[in-house]
Amino acid sequence: MKADATLDCVGLYCPMPIHQTANKLKELKLGQVLEVLASDEGIKEDAPAWCRTTGNEFLGMEEKGGEIKVYIKKTK
Amino acid sequence: MAEKMTLIVFSGDMDKALAAFNLAIGGASIGMEVSMFFTFWGLNVIKKNEGPIKSKGIMRKMLNFMNRGGAKRLGLSKFHMFGMGKWMMGKLMKDTKSPSPQELMTMAHQAGVKFIACTNSMGTMGIGKDAFIPEVDTYGGVATYLADAKDGRINLFI
Repeated sequence: MKADATLDCVGLYCPMPIHQTANKLKELKLGQVLEVLASDEGIKEDAPAWCRTTGNEFLGMEEKGGEIKVYIKKTK
Repeated sequence: MAEKMTLIVFSGDMDKALAAFNLAIGGASIGMEVSMFFTFWGLNVIKKNEGPIKSKGIMRKMLNFMNRGGAKRLGLSKFHMFGMGKWMMGKLMKDTKSPSPQELMTMAHQAGVKFIACTNSMGTMGIGKDAFIPEVDTYGGVATYLADAKDGRINLFI
């Protein structure tokens, strides 16, 4: 998936990936897509949940060899 | 107006402080207005790490000597083992790049989380504002907490 920005959270645990995602998304413009790289399994549930509560769009995720890529579209 | 989340931090244990800051940062990350009310042993979390804690009277001096506090001095609620358990937990956390209570506290503050210190406990323990870190926004009591908690969607006691 194509993204406008990438955030590397590999090796970080809760609440760091979500905290950094929230901060990073502030820098993006409406409609732009953020790619978050993570290794903590929790992100699979946390990212969609974070999107639901903040009104941003969860586009999906990819997983390859322990690295999880999450895509979030800034809609709020 | 943003939804409110309040946390009462009653405990001065390191593990519980970690949980509290984790929740506060999470709340801020979903756009909530978060306040943390530190009371009783919880005041230890927001005490300065350096310098003496001044108080008057032999009993209070003794209490504040044994109960020095400061984010880096907090003990584990379980398996503290005179500091050995804490040291091991600290090492495990460092190995997994997990932030310390101090780092989480800074992060929470930067994310806009408000820190409130309980003046009742401060009075009982005989400590003043000079015992605390500058990040403390408000010094107040139960009404200060309740004013936030009344509109709070999430209110937790830790």
